[in-house]
Amino acid sequence: MSVVPAEIVPGGALAAEERSGRAPAALAPRARLWPSLGAVYRAQLSRARVARIPLLFVATFQSIGIMILMRGVVDGGDEARAVVAGSSVLVVAFVALNLLAQYFGQLRSGGGLDHYATLPVPPAAVVLGAAGAYASFTVPGTIVTAVFGCVLFGLPLTHLWILAAVIPLAGAALAGLGAALGLLAPRPELATLLGQLGMSAALLLGVLPADRMPAVVQLARDLLPSTYGVEAFARTFGNRPDWAFVLGDLAVCAGVGVVSLAVATWAYRRAAVR
Amino acid sequence: MCAVRDLTKTYPAVRGRRGTPGTPEVKANDGVALEVRRGEIFGLLGPNGAGKSTLVRQLTGLMRPDSGTVDILGHDIVRHPERAARILAYLGQESTALDDLTVSLAAETTGRLRGLDVRQAREERDAVLDELGLTPLAARPIRKLSGGQRRLACFAAALVGERPLLVLDEPTTGMDPVARRAVWAAVDRRRAERGTTVLLVTHNVIEAETVLDRVAVLDKGRVIACDTPAGLKEKVAGEVRVDLVWRERAPLEVPEVAALRSRADESGRRWTLRLAPDEARAVVATVTGGTAFVALDDFTLATPSLEDVYLALGGDTQGLVKA
Repeated sequence: MSVVPAEIVPGGALAAEERSGRAPAALAPRARLWPSLGAVYRAQLSRARVARIPLLFVATFQSIGIMILMRGVVDGGDEARAVVAGSSVLVVAFVALNLLAQYFGQLRSGGGLDHYATLPVPPAAVVLGAAGAYASFTVPGTIVTAVFGCVLFGLPLTHLWILAAVIPLAGAALAGLGAALGLLAPRPELATLLGQLGMSAALLLGVLPADRMPAVVQLARDLLPSTYGVEAFARTFGNRPDWAFVLGDLAVCAGVGVVSLAVATWAYRRAAVR
Repeated sequence: MCAVRDLTKTYPAVRGRRGTPGTPEVKANDGVALEVRRGEIFGLLGPNGAGKSTLVRQLTGLMRPDSGTVDILGHDIVRHPERAARILAYLGQESTALDDLTVSLAAETTGRLRGLDVRQAREERDAVLDELGLTPLAARPIRKLSGGQRRLACFAAALVGERPLLVLDEPTTGMDPVARRAVWAAVDRRRAERGTTVLLVTHNVIEAETVLDRVAVLDKGRVIACDTPAGLKEKVAGEVRVDLVWRERAPLEVPEVAALRSRADESGRRWTLRLAPDEARAVVATVTGGTAFVALDDFTLATPSLEDVYLALGGDTQGLVKA
């Protein structure tokens, strides 16, 4: 079936203007970091409406379910604080670590990175924009989980404002980790597996009270960035929170976030040009 | 505009794992040389696996060649692959990155990532969607569109943020005639107004004949010919193609038909013959009379197409599309 109409058949090339011996043509400008980061962020956020809302519900219900289960085991005090903080940060781990690892794994294997790699956009804008959007997806679920947990275990709601720092910082650390795993995994199934494992680790090591664990598990707990988000949040439930320790924990999250996002940016460059 | 010299790319052998056989080393591009002129629609034609996409990935800076040079508008793309994004717009075969976005946001975001500010990106988005007839679909997510519409939406994104070179990898796959016409009209307008150059990858011979100014024919990683479609067809100008379609089976009891069989390309009930004009006349006379005519369902007599050129050059035409 011939479908191309005759009137558009070109009459011949325009004057062949060869450039040999002339100076290279001017390049179009690069996209600057912040505007392109904003554009990626906005585009990724809009994906939530299409594809991510059911998963956000799953993340929230999972955490709420865990808290209800743990209510039979834990009877207030430090352990209750750890459960509520752990369940809230678990929502962040589910979305920022697990889902972002899956997304980048699929993007890489499906050729989707070609789209970004043929645009003059800084790699950091793509990685940070996506990581920021995924961290933002977690906000409603985390707040709902935290409020529900406080009511369930009779904890004070006074210092819940700390979530305004915990979500972005734990989000940065976990999203950076998720992005790096997704971009480094040679196959998308492996990216999914690593994301799931990371989330399972956050669940087991973050929600279950640490004191009863063997030393090896405690060490693993110390190595997981979500732990510091959990600890920072849990400390604020005390009568007189020690803000220095809270800040210290949050600083660890921030540090891990910077490093893991830098690794993810490097992994993006590596994955984009083969 | 765009000069490629001695480009070579070899994919290393992959060792087989349990259950999956290994693949040997593949020379995807083997000493490819091309020269694309400003303002022309230059085509890369060949079946799947001929090395077209590998070549394009090296031109767009997505892949480093093993050896050879790529020069686009005076820039060395092998040494500075990141400059490609500032010279050309690329429409790849995949839409994974844009699938979850609406048509409108995909075009706007792509424009912004091509360096436009919000206002410019929106203006260009609106103009391009309007030009391609996509405005009614603007608010629909790309994933929910049909294959052809999805392709058109990705093409729209490629046009936002003007570039002097468009690299389009099979842009019209799955499109209906209206959408195809919109694509070629948009390309032609940019060419006439701004002298935009187009590098088109296709395995559709009809499209290649109708829209291309010049075409490089690729086979097994090599350029086996490069000329205008008319120029290429002159190489086989002495030949005529005769297609015979039999009702049930070929009447081999007719001696003239039996004699033709060894020269025919058989595919089911269809025989394709490439003959000198007087031979073709004789064949037509034979099959349109007597016993042979009773067995004949349909026949066509045609001047050579690019497909015939491809075959005459020694290519393997399986995998070329004739629609």
